[in-house]
Order: sequence, then structure tokens, then C-alpha cells
Amino acid sequence: MSTIDPLRDEDFGARLTFDRGAPGRFAVAVAGWDGPVVPEPPAGLLRETLALPELSQGELVRYYTALSRRNFGVDSGTYPLGSCTMKYNPKVDDLVAGLPGFAETHPLAPVEEIQGTLRLLHELQGYLAEITGLPFVSLAPAAGAQGELAGMLMVKRLLERRGELDRRRRVLVPDSAHGTNPATATMAGFAVTELPSGADGAIDPAVLERELDGTVAALMVTLPSTLGLWEPAIEEIAARVHRDGAFLYGDGANLNAILGRARFGDLGFDVVHLNLHKTFSTPHGGGGPGAGPVCCTAELADYLPAPVVVEAGDGSLDLVRPSDTIGRLQQFHGSAGVLIRAYAYIRSLGLAGLRATSANAVLNANYLRTLLEGHYALPYPRRVMHEVVFSGSRQRNPGDVRTYDIAKRLIDYGIHPPTVYFPLIVDEALMIEPTETESREAVEAFARAMIAIADEAARDPELLHGAPHNAPIGRLDEANAARRPELRWRPQSI
Amino acid sequence: MEFPAELRYTTEDEWLRVDDDVATIGITDFAQDQLGDVVYVEVPDVGRMLNTGEAFGVIESVKAVSDLFSPIAGEVIARNDALTDQPELVNSSPYGDGWMIRVRMSAPAEIDALLTADAYRSRLPAGG
Amino acid sequence: MPDPGGAPTPYIPNTDADRAAMLARLELTDLDTLFDELPLAHRDPAIALPEALAEADLIRLLRDRAAENGSGGRLSFLGAGAYRRAIPAVTGQLTSRSEFVTSYTPYQPEVSQGTLQAAFEYQSVVCELTGMDVSNTGMYDGASATAEACMLAARATRRSAVALLEPIDPRVADVVRTYAYGANIRVDTIPADADVAGALGDEHAALVAQQPDFLGGIRDLAPLTEAAHAAGALCVVAADPFALAMLRSPGDAGADIVTGEGRDLAGPPGLGGPSLGLFAAREPLLRQMPGRIVGRTRELHGPPGDDGTPGAPRTGYVLTLQAREQFIRRERATSNFSTGQSLIALAFTITVQALGPAGMRRSAERCYQAAHAAAARIDALDGYAVLDHGPWFQEFLVHAPLPPAALTRALAERGIEGGLDVSARAEPEARDASLFCVTEATHVRDVDALIAALIEIGATA
Repeated sequence: MSTIDPLRDEDFGARLTFDRGAPGRFAVAVAGWDGPVVPEPPAGLLRETLALPELSQGELVRYYTALSRRNFGVDSGTYPLGSCTMKYNPKVDDLVAGLPGFAETHPLAPVEEIQGTLRLLHELQGYLAEITGLPFVSLAPAAGAQGELAGMLMVKRLLERRGELDRRRRVLVPDSAHGTNPATATMAGFAVTELPSGADGAIDPAVLERELDGTVAALMVTLPSTLGLWEPAIEEIAARVHRDGAFLYGDGANLNAILGRARFGDLGFDVVHLNLHKTFSTPHGGGGPGAGPVCCTAELADYLPAPVVVEAGDGSLDLVRPSDTIGRLQQFHGSAGVLIRAYAYIRSLGLAGLRATSANAVLNANYLRTLLEGHYALPYPRRVMHEVVFSGSRQRNPGDVRTYDIAKRLIDYGIHPPTVYFPLIVDEALMIEPTETESREAVEAFARAMIAIADEAARDPELLHGAPHNAPIGRLDEANAARRPELRWRPQSI
Repeated sequence: MEFPAELRYTTEDEWLRVDDDVATIGITDFAQDQLGDVVYVEVPDVGRMLNTGEAFGVIESVKAVSDLFSPIAGEVIARNDALTDQPELVNSSPYGDGWMIRVRMSAPAEIDALLTADAYRSRLPAGG
Repeated sequence: MPDPGGAPTPYIPNTDADRAAMLARLELTDLDTLFDELPLAHRDPAIALPEALAEADLIRLLRDRAAENGSGGRLSFLGAGAYRRAIPAVTGQLTSRSEFVTSYTPYQPEVSQGTLQAAFEYQSVVCELTGMDVSNTGMYDGASATAEACMLAARATRRSAVALLEPIDPRVADVVRTYAYGANIRVDTIPADADVAGALGDEHAALVAQQPDFLGGIRDLAPLTEAAHAAGALCVVAADPFALAMLRSPGDAGADIVTGEGRDLAGPPGLGGPSLGLFAAREPLLRQMPGRIVGRTRELHGPPGDDGTPGAPRTGYVLTLQAREQFIRRERATSNFSTGQSLIALAFTITVQALGPAGMRRSAERCYQAAHAAAARIDALDGYAVLDHGPWFQEFLVHAPLPPAALTRALAERGIEGGLDVSARAEPEARDASLFCVTEATHVRDVDALIAALIEIGATA
């Protein structure tokens, strides 16, 4: 992204590490074995060749440094990727997670040797229980989607224990939901019924009523919804679902909007997963690692994924397998390195800071809504929560500018594009989540860029069709990539 | 957008070309335009028996995926293997080289229930 | 702590003045009205959380917590799925670059070539180590990747059971059972001494074997892949990618899917997470694979030259074959997988590439030799015996003059972690045994300390 780019004129992507360096170079000195030697295993069990790159340390460092410069992160600029909560990631959280006392611990060390980490994880369980209003928590899931799977398997297990699993085979999912919701329901062995959203973008209680016929296991609800909207009938929905004997599953991906303002448990949810990398600001890492804790009522607590951290009467902590657990989701205890960061984030903010977080996230989203209203179509023109979904539909005429083109043009303005073409129920969707860590000036700068692009769309559509013009690389042939997949380096690939 | 008059059409945006008891099946110009760049087509093995309305394959574009449904019953007697290496034929020639399967119909009268070109066109969104 | 009227936290820039201006534009008088759609009865509930800490106080608190952990500073001979490796300094340094750390899933390839090209490097490295044709960009951990492999096998073969070959890590088996519960797939185990071919039936979608196995043994995979294929099942190998620098690749031995745990080559054990699940397969299974996949392509148009004419299109990388994934295929997706372990995969890739072909092989051989040398020293001690059960890599079974649990306690009292008590396992060789691990990162002085401790413990037993 730098203007001083020695690689600018090179077809940088054409040459991988495998195509660089030279035979015999190496990046790190490793010791051989100088003690007594035993014979190697029989040759039939051994590898003959290993084709890996051979680079000096400097070459390797320059290569990956160059790669990093071809990336845009939250530290690079505004990154309003809707539903992903790309907020600033505090550096102190990285620092403390890397303390050797945490980082060097072996997962199978006796629990007496890991009391520091366990105490922290136990406290984190307690904080998340307080924040969600659901008192039982497992930190085991590795990411939101795995937390969803845990939650739905817990529902399955409870229905099985009640003898109702044979008839409760369906899971209801609103059409505005993340794809992970229906995919999760399938992985848990349920059939998915999609609920069409009402004209206001919310769940239509009448539609729900028709589906609740005793065959439903659960309704999965993202709150606030992926449209950035509150569900006005959520308490009524919860009561209705429970009256039918079904469960209310909460997708906590958008918790940032209501941190400290409302709790899933109080609203009638039975089980919810959180995305710590979103709400609690652990770095997204180019696509992980995340963490997806699952929180539930007492009714579901025995089925939580293993392990959970439990405090004994003497104050010592242990890793415990819940009595009728759905089992393990990972080999060990969860993503401790991510959980420590989330813990540090909560401790650095306290309740007042968390409430300021949701307030400023919602304020920024609504401020942005008013700045862009009139320039882009707003399918649901009402107060929003943490994000606002516009449509690029108005820009289609006369120049056939699509949301895709608008997104690409934003790159030229030094801004990461928002989420596009999601939720699926909005034509040409632009899903924008500024988060609380963008300043008023940054939100205004984003709005100015969007308004300038709307103007360009009218005046010079070709400018948008060819965008980005100032990125490390232009638009790529995604169709060819999928038609003739080239998925690994091969010697003849240059 | 073109919808040849000699073909029959389905509400699932497929076309059929009928020669005696054999139907050739593909997707319409409208369907390929909606999908965008087609990147993968999965069609059944020759010899497979299809029921009316049964899903017989899958078509994928970069950002979407759709099932292919057989509007008629019968046995698959040919499939277009060229689509394996060149799925883009569905975009460039939806009624020609982009055909998908040929089926020997077990009840050719089923054709009568399908749409004519005009009837199909009238169902499309305005401008289609 | 924050100044009245100033920013409320270090991470929220807006001041009272900013908020007042923004609220005015919204025609609102105060922040709380932004939440007036939330039901009044449940709005702003009492939440018990500790007060905010200043940064220096936070660091002090976490240092204290870290110091409560004894494990970090101790000599360790624990393995069993988490191995201490010698991680090059460049790995942590490069992985910490904030353009990698603070970006997300590369939905916009023009500004994500760093993540995408690095993922292509990762896929290339994984294919090479495993002997597979295709790799995804990584999954949560080795265990969940193995579970996903079983789900893939069930889809691909349309069968409804999988068979796990003992000795397999009980935690890996546990994760497979969790996923199998969701998919209504039966999980069988095949005892270590059983006839594998005879144990497999036409209901089995996959045979799952660990390499090296849970008790450290190096498997001859070829007969296993043959047995699986003879039964019409796929062969899934859950392999330690570090050991694969020395061992015949599972692909070469006929495996269909290879999974593995990559965390050990990314950094220190960190209580076992975040991890990295390797997942690689043969090409015909590509469209059944879970997870993200990166492909190489070119620009649609080359960059304009000084005279405005387009140059040659350049090479770039994109997420591809996405029609498998949940955000497109929804309830029919190959998995619900979304956010993965991208940063851990980057660290894994850099370690492997920094070591290079010679360094990887040399490290693996050092690991093998160091473990065998340590085992020989223990075997020579009075009252101790190391089990000889065929070729093994870095873990070995020790019989001590006292029961495994007592041995672990006695070593812990001397500041030494391990071995792992495996006496509850079914294999005869595990009876009354402890599993010890020595790697290339174990210093010879660490082994000296272990030997001294074992002698002392043996003398009092």
C-alpha cells in the first residue's frame, strides 16, 4: 500500500517462496544430533524427497514483509466490514497473551500447574455469564460457527433425553441469517426451514406461528439482526417458541450493539454463542483465530462442550467434563490465547467502558445512516443498531454500476469496502459497520467517499467499472480460478 | 435475450429440445445471465433413471449455486462432458454447446405441460 | 478514570463534543435514546463486572496470573498431541505484522493479497508434507479437522459409520464422536491388535489412523490404506506434520485425506490453543472439502502503462470454489466453517519455510535421535524399562518401579512435567506405563535432570 514500493512493477504474485532463493540457502540454523545414534526406521517408512523453498533469512523476511504490505488491516484504515465488527485491537491484549507464563504452558500439565490461566478463564466465564444473562458457559468452541454447532448439539441432546428428538426435526432460520446458521443446523442433523422476513426486516410473528406445530427443535435468531435492526417482538417470539416446546437459539455475532444494554438471558434466549474476535476485539488475524464461547440456561448446562472451568470449595480450579456433555470440540481446552485477550479487553473497559462501546458503535452507525441517506437507497429507513444496510440499486442506472463496483472504488479512497451482497434479502446490499473505534471524522470521511462515488457513478461509470486503480493488484479473474483450480505451487507453474 | 420458439421451457429456467422420445436439457439465457460466470456443472452418469422433478445435477457460478431439476422422467442417455473443462459454454452458448444431458423420456406426453417460449418469456421480470 | 467530557476509553475516539454534534444531527438529546427500542423491563440491567483497569495495572494483574502458572518454566516431557518445538525467531516477528494481524477473511482480494498469497504458500507446504493434491487454508485444530474428514468421507461414500484405529488420541476420538453425533454417524474403534481388513465393513466410510500413533509408534500406512480401499472406505491419516519431514508421506502410502495439528510449528503450546487443523485431500474430493480454499489466477486486465495501454495481467490470488461454503450453499454446505486459524497457518508456513527442506529433515532426525538417546538412558536405569514395540518417533512408554500416577507426582515435586499416565488404556503395552516425549527442543541438560530425578525416585520406591 506504500507509495515507495520496490515491487510495484514486478508480477510479484507470480513468484512464490518456492521460486525464490537458491538451493543450499537457509533461513535459520538448526542443530543436528551429536549424541549416540540409533538406526533410522526401515526405509519403507521414510520420506525420500521434501520440496520446500530455500531462502536466506533476509530473503524470507523481505518476502513476507512485502506480502504484509499487500494487505489492509484495521491498523491500515477504516474497515467497516458489516457483521464482522472490525474494531481496533488493543495492543496490550496481545502483549499480555504472549507472557511466557501463559504461552509456554502445556495443555496436559497437571491442573495445579496452570492455576493462573484457569483462574482467568473461570473469571471470563463469569463475565460472559453476566454480560449475556445466561449463567452457564463453556469456552471450548474455537470460533463462532463451532459455538453454534455446540449450541445446536446441546439442544439435540436435551430433546433426545426428553424423548422428543424423533418428532422435533426442524430448525427455523430467518432468511436474513448468516449462512452458518442453516449450515450448523444441518451439521447437527436437523432439517432447515427458512422464515421469510417481514416487510420491516423483522421476524414476522404470524409466519412463525404457522411453523410452530410441535415439530420444531429451535428457532435461531441473530440479535440485532444482520440488517442491523432490533427485533421488536423478541420477547413475544421467545414466549411463543417456548410455549411450543422449542428452544430459542441466539447468534451473538452482533452483541457489540447491545453490550451492557440488554442480555440474551433476560430476553428469553436458551443458548447463545459469542464471537470474541468481534465483540471483544481480539485480532481477526486474516481470518482467525477466533473464539466462540457458548452460554446457556441451567436446563442445558449438563450438555455444554467439554471442558468447563470449575472452582472447588478451597478456591482451586479444575477442568471438568459436564455430566452429559456433547463432548469435546477441540483436542484441548479452547483457544486460550484468544480468551486471554478477551479477558484483558473486558478488564480494561469495565462495565462503563463496555456500555460506552455499544453506545458509540450505535451512534456511529446511525450518524453514518443520516450522512448517506438520500445518496444511496436505504431499504429499511429506521433507527439502526451497530450497522446499517444500504443498497447500491439506485446506482445501477444509467451506467450499470453495481455494488461490486462501488466496493472496489472505495479501495481507491483508502478505505476497506463494507460487506457486500449480504444479507441476501437486500438487493445490491452494502452492509456497513463503522464500530465505536472510528472517530466522527473517520465516519464523515467514509461518508464523503461514498457520496463522491455515488457522484462518479452518475458521471463516469467506467471509472468505477475499472476500479480499483490504486491497489497492489487489479480485479482478478475469479471465474477462471474456479473453473481451472490452481491450488498449490508446482515446479512448472511459472 | 433469446428464447428459441422451437424449445420448451420450465419454471426452473431450463429448456428442452425434443426429438422423438429424446429430450436435450439445458438452462436458459436468462438463467445463465442471472448466475453470472458459470464455473462448474455436475451432471449425472449415463444410464441413470430420473423421476419427474428430481434434482439431477448442480450448476455453480462464482457466487451462487443452483440445483438442476429434470422436468420429465426417463433415462439419461448422454451428458455433455465438454462442460467439465469448459463450464463457460453454458454462458456463451446456453442453447447450443452448453447443453447438459439427453434423456430418453418414459412419458413423452409430459412435454405438453411445459411452457412455450412466449409463456416463459412472459413470466420473466420486466426487461428480461 | 477518563476525563469528564473526553473519550470514554482509549479505543473510543469520540468525545462529548463529538457525540453532541452527532446526536444533534440525529435529532436526539442523549445516547440512551439510541436504545429505546429495547424492552424497558430489561434495558440496562445490573451487570457485575470489575472496574476498568489502567493499562499498567492490567499488565501487572496479568503478570501475576501468568506467574501463578507453574507449567511454563518447568522441564517438560509431555507430548500427547502438543509438542514443544524450536520455533525460529522470524516466525513470531513476521506473524506480528499488523497488516496480517488486524485484517480479516480476504473477501476483497485487491487489498488482501498478503493473506491470500500466504495461504497459497500454506496450501503448497501442506500438500508437499502430506503428499496430497489439495489443501484448504486450515481448520480449528487437528482433532476437528479429523472429525470433518470423517464427515466428508460419509458424504462422499454415502455411508454412515467410521472406524478409528487404536491407539488413537482419546481426545481426537472424542471430537470425532461430537461431530458424528450431529451427523448421526456411528463411530467404531478397531483395537490395535485386530485384523483391520476384517474389522471394516461396507457400512464404513473411513478408516482413521494416527501417524505416529498415540503411543508414539510409526505406522506402516500402506497396508492400512489398502484395507480401507478394499472395504470401499476412504483412509484418513491424522499425522504430525513435523514427523512427516522424515516419514513417508501418507499420500505416497495411499491415504485419501490427511489431517494434522499445526500449532506446534506455529509457536509455543499456549495451553493447546489457538491451534491449526491441517486438512488435505486427493483431487477428486476437492468439491466435498470443508473450509476456505485459495486459488491462483490473473488480473482481468493488466495495469495501464505510461502511455495508457494495458500491460500484461499480473498474477493474484482469490478465495475460490466458494459454492461449497455456508455463505452460498447455506444448509447444504460442506461445513458451517467460517472464521478459521489464518494467522496460525501463516506462522506454521513461515516456520516450515524458514527451516527449509534440510532444516526440517535435520530437526526431525534430531528429534528422533534425541528421543531414542533419552529412552536408552532411562532403559539403562535400575528398575526402569522402555518398551520396545517397533519403530517410534518422539514418544515412548516407560515402566517405572512405582505406578505411573505416583511417578508423575514424584517428578512434579522435582519441577519436572511428565510423563503422561496412560495406564488406563486398553493396549497391553500401555499397562502400568507412562508416555514420555523428547523433541529436538529438549536440551541434553534437561534429560540429565530427568535421569537424575528418576534415579532418586527409583532409589526410594
